[in-house]
Amino acid sequence: MHIEVAAAQFAPSKGDYAANLETVGRVLGQLEQSGTPPDLVVFPETALTGYFLEGGVGEHALSADRVFTDLLTTYRTHVVRPGAVVDVAIGFYESRNGHCYNSGLYATLTSAQTPDTEPALRHVHRKFFLPTYGVFDEERFVARGRSIAAFDTRLGRIAVLICEDAWHSISGTIAALDGAQIVAVLSASPGREFGSDGIGNLRRWDRLLQALAEEHGIFVVYAGLVGFEGGKGFTGSSSIYDPWGHVMARGSAIEPCIVRARIESSDIGLARRATPLLADLETALSDLVRQLEALGARMDPGGGR
Amino acid sequence: MSVGAQLKVIRAADFDPASDRYLDMDCEVVAEWLCAFLKDEVVRRRGFSRVVIGLSGGVDSSLTAYLCACALGSEAVVGVRMPYRTSSPDSLEHASLVADKLGIECRTVDISDAVDGYLRTAPDADQRRRGNVMARMRMIVLFDLSAGLPALPVGTGNKTERLFGYFTWHADDAPPVNPLGDLFKTQVWQLARHMGVPDVIVSKPASADLIVGQTDEDDFGISYARADRILHLLLRGFTAERLIEMGFSADDVRLVKQKVDSTHWKRHMPTTAMLSSTSINDYYLRPVDY
Repeated sequence: MHIEVAAAQFAPSKGDYAANLETVGRVLGQLEQSGTPPDLVVFPETALTGYFLEGGVGEHALSADRVFTDLLTTYRTHVVRPGAVVDVAIGFYESRNGHCYNSGLYATLTSAQTPDTEPALRHVHRKFFLPTYGVFDEERFVARGRSIAAFDTRLGRIAVLICEDAWHSISGTIAALDGAQIVAVLSASPGREFGSDGIGNLRRWDRLLQALAEEHGIFVVYAGLVGFEGGKGFTGSSSIYDPWGHVMARGSAIEPCIVRARIESSDIGLARRATPLLADLETALSDLVRQLEALGARMDPGGGR
Repeated sequence: MSVGAQLKVIRAADFDPASDRYLDMDCEVVAEWLCAFLKDEVVRRRGFSRVVIGLSGGVDSSLTAYLCACALGSEAVVGVRMPYRTSSPDSLEHASLVADKLGIECRTVDISDAVDGYLRTAPDADQRRRGNVMARMRMIVLFDLSAGLPALPVGTGNKTERLFGYFTWHADDAPPVNPLGDLFKTQVWQLARHMGVPDVIVSKPASADLIVGQTDEDDFGISYARADRILHLLLRGFTAERLIEMGFSADDVRLVKQKVDSTHWKRHMPTTAMLSSTSINDYYLRPVDY
């Protein structure tokens, strides 16, 4: 199965949900006009508000249903072709049960005249690992998600991870064990550690995403914010990795852009048969779970040992 | 391997406290990043089309002017020379050299009368107070020009002087935008060379030029090169004991640590007494660009 995937990076207007929604609509409209409309478009973490809101998170957090409804309306404003369908993954600050989350939703959007496919909000991933160190202060302003899961889509089984989620290899492992064939990674990564060999966080992202794709034989679609917020610039570099860990396309570290690739889902089988690490893991999983449970029991509630 | 032969040993190199490799940068990438920062911060967020920079003739303000001209265009940059009557003639000449090279507008505002007018009320002011008055007068000029032109003041302070507290509070540190504040002085030199700042400026001894013959490194009691290597590691959590163990001079480490530890207050806004649970910047937290 061929799947046209895209990752779109832009600099959101701080706290301006309507303007950012319009940007998303324009991107989807541009892609629709491209001659080869994508099947899946991944947008960055907090694309609808900007990342650093601090105590302003509560003023901008919305329900996933509201964001889905607005995305659908925006899509239908910009895409009118009968039969048009696109899946999107996008980051936003979510309000749910009185809590705020750093979330990513996955939805299927359709034009108004697409009777064969129902638009649907398919999944909401709430960021599991909240960075609260250095320049980050997420745990102060948002609550932690409690699960990492893959879900079924018309394009196969997919999982969404948000930024630091993907810095822990276990997140990708759980997603792959749950059947994910594509992992969408939504990110807002401030540039830091500028050294003689480039930008430190970008080098690390490349290692992590390559390893995520290569270890499990999955496609990885990474979308990163660009632009500056209070002197902190996000490093974009949206990219698509094949199941062998090769970069298929990569965007700028500074400028807004869209990266695209045509992926072939049967490549997953080719990569996994050559290096069946995921199958090995499945075989060994029960032993590992026993070990993890024992380790978990030895940790004190504060996280130490 | 024959019986009895010894295996070849490959050993990691020992840490070299005289090496600058941890401070080396890909200057092409850094310049591009800082230009993007200036465009975003000056034009998009704050809505200015011009900037104003105090040109001292030193490497920090020269590099700042080069970055601003690269990011915004020469026509968008106004350099201001603000000499006091004891300022070095070289400083004025080097500031002009930068303005000429970049093709930017260059103004000169002599602060001698304004500074001396105030100092007549404080005849016993020592060199430190006199230097602070000069620095604060330059800030007044910069912000008044900002309002008149209009143009956004761009700061020029580097990370080393910020960490050493080697600046006048609410003067050199006052401009709302600063592209160099996270670069150590030795990194400023690297980037300045890359950007083509004239060698006569990059290579001369750094000086605040508030006292005749003054140099930064004499004031510090340590060279920038040695200080930056220590600062780089101190800020990453390496203890003084560990640094000494790694081969740094104990005197150098103590000197650098003392300067950083005694100047935290200069890197903060004024201390406000908290009385409520909505105290600004304690409870009520909104980012600068909100």
